[in-house]
Amino acid sequence: MPECFVAKASELKDGDRRIVVSGPHEVGVFFKDGDYYAYSNYCVHAGGPACEGILVNNVVDILNGDQTYEGQTFGDAVHFACPWHGYEYDLKTGECIGDRKLRLRKYNVVKRGDEIFVVI
Amino acid sequence: MDMVRNEVRQLNPEQYTETKALDHASQQARQRNYQDFLIVDVDAHHYESESYKDVFSYIENPVIKMEAMDSMTRAGRSGFLNNQVGYQSLGGRMTRHKNRAFFKARGDRHRDVDWTLDWMDAMGVDYSCMFPTPMLFLGLHPQVEIEVALCRAYNHWLCERILAQEPRIVSMLYLPFNDPEWAYRTVRDFGDKKGVVGFMVTSPRYKPVHDNAYMKTYALLQEMGKPISFHAAYSWDDRALATTNRFISVHSLGFMWFNMIHMTNWVVNGIPERFPKLKTMWIESGLTWAYCLMQRLDHSYMMRTSDCPQLKRKPSEYMQDMYYSSQPMEVPDDLSILEATFKMIKAETQLVWSSDYPHWDFDLPSVIYDLPFLKEQAKRNILGANAARLFNLDSKPVKTIP
Ligand code: FES
Repeated sequence: MPECFVAKASELKDGDRRIVVSGPHEVGVFFKDGDYYAYSNYCVHAGGPACEGILVNNVVDILNGDQTYEGQTFGDAVHFACPWHGYEYDLKTGECIGDRKLRLRKYNVVKRGDEIFVVI
Repeated sequence: MDMVRNEVRQLNPEQYTETKALDHASQQARQRNYQDFLIVDVDAHHYESESYKDVFSYIENPVIKMEAMDSMTRAGRSGFLNNQVGYQSLGGRMTRHKNRAFFKARGDRHRDVDWTLDWMDAMGVDYSCMFPTPMLFLGLHPQVEIEVALCRAYNHWLCERILAQEPRIVSMLYLPFNDPEWAYRTVRDFGDKKGVVGFMVTSPRYKPVHDNAYMKTYALLQEMGKPISFHAAYSWDDRALATTNRFISVHSLGFMWFNMIHMTNWVVNGIPERFPKLKTMWIESGLTWAYCLMQRLDHSYMMRTSDCPQLKRKPSEYMQDMYYSSQPMEVPDDLSILEATFKMIKAETQLVWSSDYPHWDFDLPSVIYDLPFLKEQAKRNILGANAARLFNLDSKPVKTIP
């Protein structure tokens, strides 16, 4: 399994990412809240660049105890949204939010000294 | 064959190009050999509002022209044109809408020509039918004369600045349907212009399509052999749709709702019997609405033939003679349901692929090409051959896939 260089760890700020292209593989590597995540950059919907959109927290409807609606806010889960049509994915698992049976292929990320690699 | 590639990229919106943004579409186009056959997109868009200054200069009436030009100086305040509340960019999740500001024209032609050709080539499209965007709501403008004035200015502008410049871009021109006399004159005045392959009615509006005032327009279209199309949109001002509180609701329903009404009036009032050679196309309502309406109208027709005495066949049989644009393809988990829908609308001859690019729910050609129940010839018919027949286009592919 070849390892592909992603970036120097010191270059990646919180929320940064790189797209690593190696032959037929395209992988989005994210650095968020101290962790690295790597997923296939091919969206489960129509093959769009799934990892090239914005990072956004989940949206929550606020309901009161009596089931009345109060408004909306953001929750704690971080998603990334495919820029072609907006399919959202859970950053921690790569699962597609609209149907969690669907998920992006996950890749392993390794850190050697100050260098980050993704295993393709 | 895709080139062997090795690189590490950063996201850089300022270097946005359609070719880069649609790189994965180009990969699909190469893998599926789209260069070997014709692909026609019957419904794509540009943002005419970016060219309003130029478009307004074509307004014929001097008073309306002055109002229009003045409205350009009042950004954000009450304007000369109506619009709709909308959340098409999904709160910024759809990045191309703002990134396209970085796109630059290459030469003397209008920026929209270069931009359109770039995404067409990237997807593998040979010809594309260009429609406006904010003007999809113009049928709801409170002043009929403004619909007429802007429609005529836009049509003149489009013919001169876009269609005359690029043979791969065609259009079904906007009809100012709230004024039947001007709708007729629009067909008469523009029907023979280069790149005009038909005429389009924006569906959100409140004039019945069976009104006697439209008969001479339908007759003229039939005589010219040009199709009439009904392009769906939503209206949050519609009394029933006004009860919805999310964009998903008003959009999902609105894009079916207005076309369902127009189709029902069209068939029940026997327009296909009165104008048997008039080609009719229904755009951007998806496909499920047609299936649903066919079953529903056929069911009621058997009990109420006296309500529609002009019909010699069941409503669904007339509907099977019409054309349907494919986007948005509602793909169910169980593909046998989609297969039944294709059968019901006679997709092999009546379905015409559309992208709706760059709008938020656009489709690629693979949405048709990858369907397992279609034979190769059926795929090619839907992706291009049916539309080429309808629009009288040459069947030789002319694109250059990057
Ligand atoms: S291709 Fe990713 S949302 Fe459609």
